[in-house]
Amino acid sequence: MNNSFKFYKRLFLTKPKSHFFTKLWRINWLYVILIFLLAGTGYITLYSAAGGISSRFATPQAIRFTVGIVIMITVALLPQRVITAAAAPLYILSIILLVAVLVKGHVGKGAERWLIVGGIQVQPSEFAKIALVLALSTWFSRINYKQIGNPLWLIPPAIMVLLPVLLVLKEPNLGTAVIIGGIGASLFFAAGMRLWLIALLLLPTPLLVQFAYTHLHDYQRARIETFLHPKNDPLGAGYNIMQSKIALGSGGMWGQGYMNGSQAQLNFLPEKQTDFIFTMIAEEWGFVGAITIMGLLLLIILGGMLMAIFCRNQFSRLLALGISMNFFFYCLVNLSMIMGMIPVGGVPLPLVSYGGSSLLTVMLGFGLLMSAWVHRHTDSKFY
Amino acid sequence: MFTHPQKDPTRRVFTRRALFFMALQVAALGALGRQLYRLQIDDGKHYARLAANNYIRKRLLTPTRGLIVDRYGFVLADNKENWHALLIPEETTDVTATIERFSSRVPLDERDLNRINREMRYKRRFIPIMLRDCLTWDEMARIELNTPYLPGVLIDVGTHRLYPEGASLSHIVGYVAPPNGKDIARSPLLALPGIRVGRSGIEQSQDEQLRGTSGSVEMEVNAVGRIISELNHVEGTRGKKVCLTIDRDLQQKVINHIGQQTTSAVVLDCRNGEVLAMVSTPSFDPSLFDSGVSHEQWIAWMNDQHTPLVNKAVSGVYPPGSTFKPAVAMAALESRIFSTTDRVFCSGHIDIGGTRFHCWSRTGHGSVDLHLALKYSCDVYFYEVARRIGMNRIAQTARRFGLGVPLGIELPHTRIGLIPTPAWLRAHHRHWNLGDTIVSGIGQGFVQVTPLQLATYTARIATGRAIEPRLIRSINAVQTPSIQNDYWDTLNMPQPFLKALREGMYAVVNEPHGTAPKARLNLPNITLAGKTGSAQVRRVSRALRESGHFNSANLPWEYRPHALFICFAPYNDPLYAVSVVVEHGNAGAESAAPLARNIMYDTILRSPIKI
Repeated sequence: MNNSFKFYKRLFLTKPKSHFFTKLWRINWLYVILIFLLAGTGYITLYSAAGGISSRFATPQAIRFTVGIVIMITVALLPQRVITAAAAPLYILSIILLVAVLVKGHVGKGAERWLIVGGIQVQPSEFAKIALVLALSTWFSRINYKQIGNPLWLIPPAIMVLLPVLLVLKEPNLGTAVIIGGIGASLFFAAGMRLWLIALLLLPTPLLVQFAYTHLHDYQRARIETFLHPKNDPLGAGYNIMQSKIALGSGGMWGQGYMNGSQAQLNFLPEKQTDFIFTMIAEEWGFVGAITIMGLLLLIILGGMLMAIFCRNQFSRLLALGISMNFFFYCLVNLSMIMGMIPVGGVPLPLVSYGGSSLLTVMLGFGLLMSAWVHRHTDSKFY
Repeated sequence: MFTHPQKDPTRRVFTRRALFFMALQVAALGALGRQLYRLQIDDGKHYARLAANNYIRKRLLTPTRGLIVDRYGFVLADNKENWHALLIPEETTDVTATIERFSSRVPLDERDLNRINREMRYKRRFIPIMLRDCLTWDEMARIELNTPYLPGVLIDVGTHRLYPEGASLSHIVGYVAPPNGKDIARSPLLALPGIRVGRSGIEQSQDEQLRGTSGSVEMEVNAVGRIISELNHVEGTRGKKVCLTIDRDLQQKVINHIGQQTTSAVVLDCRNGEVLAMVSTPSFDPSLFDSGVSHEQWIAWMNDQHTPLVNKAVSGVYPPGSTFKPAVAMAALESRIFSTTDRVFCSGHIDIGGTRFHCWSRTGHGSVDLHLALKYSCDVYFYEVARRIGMNRIAQTARRFGLGVPLGIELPHTRIGLIPTPAWLRAHHRHWNLGDTIVSGIGQGFVQVTPLQLATYTARIATGRAIEPRLIRSINAVQTPSIQNDYWDTLNMPQPFLKALREGMYAVVNEPHGTAPKARLNLPNITLAGKTGSAQVRRVSRALRESGHFNSANLPWEYRPHALFICFAPYNDPLYAVSVVVEHGNAGAESAAPLARNIMYDTILRSPIKI
């Protein structure tokens, strides 16, 4: 380390080993406020979903969120080399968990998704997304632009993506598998994968879709069928979509009022505290309330993306982008699902939906995002 | 160290592609926002309506059925509150144990248990199941005392139709029963729980008046149908009160006079056609229908040759026999072919067209005019009259007297009877013989009338007015117009002719050698005029008649002639008309006339009018 660097360090507070409070100060607190706002919306809505009983959904969720905030800040303040060092073990752990859930997982609504570890329900596929982002970010940040241009350097990360995708497909959880694939693809793209290669890979897509559809599970195909023709089966699988649309429509412009949504309060709306919580918001607060929440989601997504752009090292950039894309895919799939635009699949709305596994992994993701932002000035050399 | 972004290809490409992603994200959420707008605002009304259909259940409230009362306000059909025990399965931890504990306090029979098991299978757990109906005070007390041991059991109140007079008025008042699928298809109101439909009598004919209109409750329900709250409550109107012309006590007296015979009797007010009593025996207990009649009971009723379920006063048709003779006499007088003084010689029989027609008196009545012919009930006279005036004139007059025509009585299942004409028989592809006219002259052959028609006919002779029988005095205190005494038009029959008929009927009862001396009232200043009738139900063969052993009293019951009697009183100023038909009662003078006399006696004694 030369003197000029030390001088720079003193001037811009970017020493490699920053002081604890300096790091704390670097956390993007504006972004944290957005996260609090979204979680607060979730708290209020869950209170209504339980019919005015806070102990049923809202309080447990608030406790988990508190834990999540602690996790987020802790992760944000960890030295970046700890995080990069943990990438490989975490990835391997996530693969082990995915295999474990296949072997002895708990069946939830026709698909094996849950694993109970020490009395806590864990959704390995949620964790796998974060681990994958971490692993890919580490990989791509360690090769240079030229190497990325060579397809051979892309084979190991491709395997890193395909492994969890296939395992999650086997669960079978189509929605999450698509999200994992999407996150992987977006990281490939952002890392600088050449456009000609992308074009080459996209050519056989129609064939792949055909192949995938024929190998779908019956219930998945049924979901797609009922999605295409929901009225054929109004009380069966199409029931969820119909009731969700009815609830959205009955919300109108200004909504039926807090705790007054007839569809949600009278239990016509299925899964109102988890997958369909946004429907409940839209029913009780109307289009105005729903579009406000969507704006908040967009702010969180774009904020994450902007943070990624302004990071100076490739690892932080990719990490921030991967986490933001994960959050974006969550929102996209959940919102499309409740509006009847894609087949129903158990994807919750992050931070709002009731559920510990999802909330904690999302908060872990935000911790990594914050970590990237906190260490935004760190040069790649220093870890 | 400080590389410019543009000089670092990794960062340059990343920034570009991240911005591309951000554009995609904005576009995706924009598209979702557009879709949300379409669902919430553009199609909002449509979906809002679907939402309302989801959660608002409209339930109709069963209206209370109207009362039926007699002319003095005594209740003939009442609604009785009864208590039943209900069980809400979800409120008890162990349903079978609760039912067992319940049955140890209030006995449940096999039928109840089967029904409970059936209801448990298809009803949701929060919908109450009826355990026992019609609880007594004692049973209720036992349930109330044991409430802690009977979780989920509650006592609720419902209504039953109650007939305080029981069998004595069951044919008139009728009965109610739960509606069947056909009824429900006709009127959705009938799908209400606890509603009853009139199945007979006034209950059937005035069903819509008695039913009332249903109220409604709008309730908010959740996805499994549980009631959350009541939104709107509209009280229905109870059914209208129907006041009958029947005198409950007179009805009971008539039944007492009849005793065990299979008989129908009708008491009319001559002036306005009010039916004071209408009896058909044997009868049945109307309350049996409310909960459903057992199969054995139904078979027993169906096989009973005394037809207890049929109101014979309006649905039984009988040959009028000699009671038809005044109508024939009027036809004769109106035709001007016969006058009151024209005589016919009765030698006990008459030969017309090669056939011998017998008078009931084998020795004959000698030379008789109209008065004597009615008094003796001479068959030969009326054979000759019928031959001379022809069937069409008889039929025309008989119909004007109300025989063989509908009378507009407010009862279902009434029969019209039959006054035959050659044209009618031709329509049935048979030839009308002169013999058919001859036997019709004494009310035999094809002629068939109901007891109610006979009473109406008697009242028309007595007053000369075209009165029709009416059972309803008022509905919800709105009087039926016909209860005014001058409501009915005149028959347009000459008074002297009517007087001749009345005198003949007076003679039947009050003159020596009349056929019905047993019908005399024995009241000061009040006399009764009547006409007997004995209607054969089987042709008496010549061989049997000539054997000399013919005595209808020896025949099996169902082959004996019907005994009929019609009368009105007081003779000078007719107020009441009575008709009695004793099925297979042999001679009208023997069984029907004394009965009719007793009925008339009681009617006059109960009369509110000073005579």
